[in-house]
Amino acid sequence: MKLPPELVQQWIRPQETVLDLGCGDGTLLRQLIDEKGVLGYGLEIDPTAINACVTAGVNVIEQDLDGGLSNFADGSFDTVVMTQTLQAVHYPHLVIDEMLRIGKMCILVFPNFGHWRCRMHLGIRGRMPVSKFLPYQWYDTPNIHFCTIADFESLCREKQISILNRRFLTAHGRANVMTRAWPNLCSLTAIYRITR
Amino acid sequence: MPKTLPKDSVGLVAPRRLRFDQPLTLASGRVLERYELVYETYGELNAERSNAVLICHALSGDHHAAGYHEGQDKPGWWDHYIGPGKPIDTRRFFVVSLNNLGGCAGSTGPTSINPATGKPWGGAFPMLRVRDWVASQARLADALGIERFAAVIGGSLGGMQAMRWTIDFPQRLRHCIAIASALRLSAQNLAFNEIARRAITSDPGFHSGDYHERDTLPRDGLALARMIGHVTYLSNDLMGEKFGRELRAGSFDIGQESAIEFQVQSYLRYQGERFSGRFDANTYILMTRALDYFDLARDFGDDPVRAFSGALCRFLIVSFSTDWRFPPERSREIVDALIAARQAVSYAEIASNQGHDAFLLPNPRYEAIFASYMQRIHRELQEGSSP
Repeated sequence: MKLPPELVQQWIRPQETVLDLGCGDGTLLRQLIDEKGVLGYGLEIDPTAINACVTAGVNVIEQDLDGGLSNFADGSFDTVVMTQTLQAVHYPHLVIDEMLRIGKMCILVFPNFGHWRCRMHLGIRGRMPVSKFLPYQWYDTPNIHFCTIADFESLCREKQISILNRRFLTAHGRANVMTRAWPNLCSLTAIYRITR
Repeated sequence: MPKTLPKDSVGLVAPRRLRFDQPLTLASGRVLERYELVYETYGELNAERSNAVLICHALSGDHHAAGYHEGQDKPGWWDHYIGPGKPIDTRRFFVVSLNNLGGCAGSTGPTSINPATGKPWGGAFPMLRVRDWVASQARLADALGIERFAAVIGGSLGGMQAMRWTIDFPQRLRHCIAIASALRLSAQNLAFNEIARRAITSDPGFHSGDYHERDTLPRDGLALARMIGHVTYLSNDLMGEKFGRELRAGSFDIGQESAIEFQVQSYLRYQGERFSGRFDANTYILMTRALDYFDLARDFGDDPVRAFSGALCRFLIVSFSTDWRFPPERSREIVDALIAARQAVSYAEIASNQGHDAFLLPNPRYEAIFASYMQRIHRELQEGSSP
């Protein structure tokens, strides 16, 4: 899903420092550089995506999130962003801990596995969900740690993470009556702004 | 020289020589009253004089980085990466490549005549440090009318020079590209350099470096030094793949007493002999000492973050997975310091089985990222955007 850029931008102040974990082709960072004048760095491991970042003039560092982030000092970034990557790391809870250690503020965007389509796949068909947003089979998916909005909120409570903002979006990247009333059932994407 | 030159070659090239009469005070305190630098250029300097790129060579390199010399079969040492359509695209960039001071390929060095004595400098040639090279490179740039390089680029010891530029002449480069390099040598690196130097100095033909005067050459010592160095440039994987335990002579059969010779033995011997025929032993000692001395952060309370904090350029750092001379961890130290210093940096860790030598060899991913970065520089120059 293409994330509406203003959703993340609204929480980024001009000129601040941003670390984007799993930055892909650097689209988000490029937007933040152009719109907000941030000093941004992206971490990525996919060679094609790294090349795309270099071409786009985005600072990109080849680093595997599963290898830890101990090379970044405490509070060394204003904002640490991670979009659509949480579900692909080996230990999401540890990565979140690291994000909160490095960033004064963290923004997380992840697919909600509690969406009714996912539930239908599993509940009625008895099959793991496959959709155009998550087009992988269970055996070849890079997405190894799915969670629901309820799961994430419970992790935040457990870890005493403060949730500053929540946004819940449909497949079209919009919020509507349904996503507001039943976020865990009706939204495909969850965006959280969190801090310690 | 090949009968027809490849299309993506800079073609036939010839070195040029510049004489500098302004004394150069070296980091050691000694002064070089005058010196000469030999260099080559490829491509055209544009009207704004903004598209110049400086290539800094490593331990055994020289000014001949690309193209062919008259009558020679082999192109320059970085020909794979410099030429029309190659990552350092000579249709876009004006490439300057020199033989460093203290070298043995034409620039003033231990084999040159010491004006004070009328004899070759030999062992009396002043010790040089990376910053001395950078200072002399800046003077070469002055002479060529280059105020600011679009990029200063180097691999290994060349990368150290590129990084030194960002400290000594921050205004004079837009980009620093350091490949398979390090902020300083590790104890293991220092140890290998010492073994190489001991191999040379213990050769009976060395005579404290004044072998030219005595009409001898420490050839065996230099060959041995090169053999040691060569092992550290290759990966275990590559050596296994190239040579394994293949025998070149002798046999393992019971009842055979003739000495066995592995392929890797004869390869190393060949490399050593070839090198000692073309390279100067004093230069080898000088280069390894410059490597030993180098420590980018020393002047900054051993803090590389402070060392980089005055830089005004963008950085590309590249390492190779099986490089154990300057492994990826060394490059990551550079990257971490640059990020902490809030400098613009990109970093790629290229999968390769070729060890340290990978920075000289073909590798599709390395070529792609190098080319993308250089294209980006070219675009910036055209758009006139900073830095």
